[in-house]
Amino acid sequence: MSKFEVRSAKFEGILKNVHVVDPVAGRNGRFDILIENGRIARVGRDLPAGNARVVELPESCVVTPGLIDIHVHLREPGQEHKETIATGTASAVAGGFTAVACMPNTDPVNDHASVTEFIMKRAAEAGRARVYPIGAVSIGSKGAQLTEIGDLRAAGCVAISDDGRPVATALLMRRALEYATMFGMPVIDHCEDPSLKSDGVAHEGAVATMLGLKGLAGAAESIVVERDISVAEMVGGHVHVAHMSARQSLRAVQTGKDRGIKVTSEVTPHHFVLTDEALRSNGGYDTNTKMNPPLREEADRVAMIEGLRDGSIDVIATDHAPHHADEKALEFDRAPFGIVGLETAVPLCLDRLVHAGVVSMPRFVELLSANPARVLGLPGGTIAEGAPADLTVLSPDTEVTIHARSLVSKSKNTPFDGWTLKGSVAATIVGGVVVYTNSGLMPVATALRV
Amino acid sequence: MTTATALKSRHLLGIEGLDAGEIELVLETALAMKEVAGRTVKKVPTLRGRTVVNLFFESSTRTRMSFELAEKRLSADTLGMTTAGSSVSKGETLSDTARTIEAMAPDMIVMRHASSGAPHQLARVCKASIINAGDGTHEHPTQALLDAFTIKERKGRLAGLRVAIVGDLLHSRVLRSNVYLLTKMGATVIACGPATLIPPGLGQLGVEVTTRLDEAVTGADVVMMLRVQHERMHGLFLPSVREYFTQFGLTPARMSRAAADAIVMHPGPMNRGVEIDSEVADGPWSVILDQVSNGVAVRMAVLYLLAGGEEA
Repeated sequence: MSKFEVRSAKFEGILKNVHVVDPVAGRNGRFDILIENGRIARVGRDLPAGNARVVELPESCVVTPGLIDIHVHLREPGQEHKETIATGTASAVAGGFTAVACMPNTDPVNDHASVTEFIMKRAAEAGRARVYPIGAVSIGSKGAQLTEIGDLRAAGCVAISDDGRPVATALLMRRALEYATMFGMPVIDHCEDPSLKSDGVAHEGAVATMLGLKGLAGAAESIVVERDISVAEMVGGHVHVAHMSARQSLRAVQTGKDRGIKVTSEVTPHHFVLTDEALRSNGGYDTNTKMNPPLREEADRVAMIEGLRDGSIDVIATDHAPHHADEKALEFDRAPFGIVGLETAVPLCLDRLVHAGVVSMPRFVELLSANPARVLGLPGGTIAEGAPADLTVLSPDTEVTIHARSLVSKSKNTPFDGWTLKGSVAATIVGGVVVYTNSGLMPVATALRV
Repeated sequence: MTTATALKSRHLLGIEGLDAGEIELVLETALAMKEVAGRTVKKVPTLRGRTVVNLFFESSTRTRMSFELAEKRLSADTLGMTTAGSSVSKGETLSDTARTIEAMAPDMIVMRHASSGAPHQLARVCKASIINAGDGTHEHPTQALLDAFTIKERKGRLAGLRVAIVGDLLHSRVLRSNVYLLTKMGATVIACGPATLIPPGLGQLGVEVTTRLDEAVTGADVVMMLRVQHERMHGLFLPSVREYFTQFGLTPARMSRAAADAIVMHPGPMNRGVEIDSEVADGPWSVILDQVSNGVAVRMAVLYLLAGGEEA
């Protein structure tokens, strides 16, 4: 892991005349950023350097508030063969993320403050990305009994979800929303009707029919999105739709927002980049194209792109779901759902959204930093004076080729192996510490090393 | 269309990957192979010294027997492995299974598996030629080839024929392989079944889709019946056997709407009184037993062509 040799490099100094993109602060241009004691001391033009070390970045670099991924699976405790908090946060900072929110479907499930505390402790030991645990809605995520949500909140949880499974019933959703709202937390739902899902493994449509794979219809998702929005309309509270994939769901979210209901949503890079055609490519049945929700058809992909463009989708999250190679080396219908996403998200978003002209750089920062912070009520999302210096340095014009083998994550299950994309992460700074630099590609490391 | 001189791939994973010339090549080769079955000594030395593994992860009687007979008639050394369930039920990955078999250096692996795509996954890691003997609800290429051979034997052609395929379309690999084959060869395919058993997007494969059997059968040159599994008969797919037969059972009355010289096919095993009336199954239309005999010749042709088309 030579890449992390600089992780203890405390960064103190002034970033001089760097391109800052921070939509919350209304900045998109050249500014100075003064960092002292791990915090942002000042942001402005022509700041006096004083005794501070002056650091210049290559002109093409862009400095953004630290990127935040609000949907990852760190697998610890219980499934350390797939990922640990240490390897998952290493993967996060290698992907440009200064913070992640981790889903509770570990073993044991994060349904008790003691599990939350364990995760917080491990994250602190790892000392890379900030980790915000998401607690379970129900004990064991079994859908029967509410967790001690107040306790989970006190221990550090920022939201509740039974992710991996939907919130089981409309009644549980109602009680969860009512109860979580007391603590100002959203309920994040993996929206899926279990009876419609059945044993589906691929998007229901012509491709699944041709491949002889059991279908999983878009409506299986949107029916539960509609349910959740109706419940939120009844009792208030904040519903966040996880990994939205179906165009019907997007319509439901849009009309929900129009009715003034507090509903937000996220989409993963793979759902706006790939379609179910990927299941047919390279000889077919590559289990790294199997995830839940499944890769959908072109009309859904285009709808997600439109939602990102017009603002009706709030967040891009990766649903980083590491699985061991042995687990993925099974028959398609028996292999587990999910792919890793932390280290491919920035190149995919820069290449397919920013360079493709779908969204501007400020909107990119909204989707990957400002809005994730807002949706979960997290610190960050903007470069604010006095706040911890969590920054991502992007090199939007640098091409990268993704090599599954070289991923920092413990698991290598990505369908993007071999893809060359324009846009990469140059450095990741957490609390004023340079936790990652892509020194192989950029001279930034030398510039930043102090 | 010109007949191909060889198959492009060393595997036969599905009909989807074949072109019309390759299909024609298999059918013409099968014609020569069929002659062997008429001899007193039903054996040729074509695959002498070659090893064929019959790897059946799903129980099968007729397909396995048909392949075994084809291999024996070509003088191949054959060994079989039948195991219920998937590799994972033994704690092994699919690629472990592949590597184990591969270590015995077979020339060809005939594979049946309950999971769609399992032979495709195996083909990526195996040096041996893989012949798909049925994968999940995906493809059953040798069945479609033997069906085409049988149709051609009776009708002299495939192009321009009207073929109705009736039954459980959702779960049928026979349907998918036949749709690919028949549309590539210029036949018109009408797929017919209850709405609960029609896979979405089927129409995009170039077939007409209907839920009315009378409509499907009218003017048909070929009526191909698909088996309906008993476990689908009493749940959310279908209310009862009785209702299924009423709506979708092939009876002599319904056959009267077909072309005068129409033939009836079934990949077997048949459910008499469920999808097909015995009067039809045993009647003048039926070519069901021809399909079984032709299956051996077609599989001999496939084995021969994948072995390189040369005598040992």
